[in-house]
Amino acid sequence: MKIVICLKQVPSRDTFLKVNAASTWIEEADVTYEVNEPDVYALEEGLRLREKLGGEVIVCTLGPARAGQAIKEALAKGADRALHLDDAAFANLDAHGTARALAAAIRRENPDLVLAGLQSDDFGFAQTGVIVAEMLDLAHATIVMEIQAERDHLKVKRELEGGWLQWIEMPLPAVLTIQSGINKPRYATLKGIMAAKNKPLQKLSAQDLGLDPEALKPRQVMTRVYVPEKIAQTEFIEGSPGEIAARLVDKLKNEARVI
Amino acid sequence: MLVYAEHQEGRLARPAWEAVAAAQQLATELGLTCAGAILGDNIGALAGELAGAHLAEVLTVESPQLAQYTPDGYSLALRQVIEARQPRFVIFSHTYQARDFAPKLAASLDRALVGDSLGYRLEGGRTIFIRQVFQGKFSADVEFRGEPPYFVSFQAGAFREDSVHRGSGRAKVTPIEVNLSPQGIRTRPQEKFREARQAVDLSQAEIIVAVGRGIRKPENLELARKLADVLGAEIGASRPICDNGWLSMDRQIGSSGQTVAPRLYIALGISGAIQHQVGMKGSRTVVAINKDREAPIFDIASYGIAGDLFEVVPPLIEEIKKAKSK
Repeated sequence: MKIVICLKQVPSRDTFLKVNAASTWIEEADVTYEVNEPDVYALEEGLRLREKLGGEVIVCTLGPARAGQAIKEALAKGADRALHLDDAAFANLDAHGTARALAAAIRRENPDLVLAGLQSDDFGFAQTGVIVAEMLDLAHATIVMEIQAERDHLKVKRELEGGWLQWIEMPLPAVLTIQSGINKPRYATLKGIMAAKNKPLQKLSAQDLGLDPEALKPRQVMTRVYVPEKIAQTEFIEGSPGEIAARLVDKLKNEARVI
Repeated sequence: MLVYAEHQEGRLARPAWEAVAAAQQLATELGLTCAGAILGDNIGALAGELAGAHLAEVLTVESPQLAQYTPDGYSLALRQVIEARQPRFVIFSHTYQARDFAPKLAASLDRALVGDSLGYRLEGGRTIFIRQVFQGKFSADVEFRGEPPYFVSFQAGAFREDSVHRGSGRAKVTPIEVNLSPQGIRTRPQEKFREARQAVDLSQAEIIVAVGRGIRKPENLELARKLADVLGAEIGASRPICDNGWLSMDRQIGSSGQTVAPRLYIALGISGAIQHQVGMKGSRTVVAINKDREAPIFDIASYGIAGDLFEVVPPLIEEIKKAKSK
């Protein structure tokens, strides 16, 4: 089975983020990056399917040069090769533009299965995978928690609201967006890290993919990024841990009357 | 304006009415008329119910192919409604179903979906939608570019079900004929089910101590348990804790887990992403302990402690014991 994993690099969950001076994006200096968490699960699922059914796992990443680190990690964990969509034309794309570029790269590979995390930690669009499916004219399922794959069809378990679940049958090729927690992602081994150095990595530009700049034009733009206004009047309690504990208990007992 | 009224288990549930409320409000402010759209099989009664809202028209698509939701069937059907009526905006509630097919529908028309919006504002002729980025750490103003239709989904609770404008009469119900071939529907959904019966019912808990990523290791759950014990509280968790198997899935609070409304909710090391907030914002008093002062949980907390939970919780347990023994 030929499997493409859409994998994105995003700011680490632990990194301190600040809005930039122009309020258009975050201040990127000093930010550390990591692989988008749901994509880590998508990669693991792809590797497991390959181990079971044979074939190939190809990582497809759109991002600047620094995203090469995310690709290296994926190759070290066992992906066979990688496509890195790196071009100034790919900066500031919306979900539609990102999906168009990814779809152009994936179409050339003609895979059996495309996996993506269900959403990214940065933009949180939660739509890139679905749009890729539409652009490639493939069936899709979102928020997948289990995959049972045969050579020509799939059965997947989807998560629905409020603890409800549903099995969906679908033909291959298909696109799935993967929910975190579907598996236990592996760590890269030292051997894997060494092997990654010799794995094929193809850099692709908008021109390589035959993408017209018009097609990549954003259909939605983020005009301002800012710290949200507080809805609740949060009363911050300061002091030493002991003082905080005493003050909080006093408030819970005498002010909120909840203990 | 066209609003998609999703039905669940044969009912127009809260998301449908929240979407109607959003669409009516936006339509009024923009000077547009607002129609509703409903898809399915044998939906006459639901269409009648929707027609009780103040809407210019209720458009229905009935087909046995739509008896069960599929992304192919629903996007093909709604796309034909959109092509017939050419709305400027198409409004959804950000449900699991809308997440599954609205991006596909928008892309099939070469348009964008501004998903998961929390609200909007009008500014000098511009319609600006507000959504969260970086897991709720920041908000972003988002605007459409290019030609309509513009697709928008609103987060649960962004608009109130009870603010739906009821009509004085009934809106006209118009069936729309669409072309749906069985071959065009590629996925086969099976019956919905729940995994094991939920052993823990957190919806009735009076006090909940909930843990998030900030707890760091499963061994540290003991600290949260001690706090829960002195309070007589239930333990709950955000999604990653249950994903890691540190607590069972039935203790998960949030959009994919349980919805709770205790008197007191203590969030330990929970950043408060929207998916978690959806499950717990009905709590009366919320205490948040988190190292990151900018964490979104502090947007909804009654009492905030911007500090290390491992330093604060042990003396807190002692203070609660003292208070209880008095």
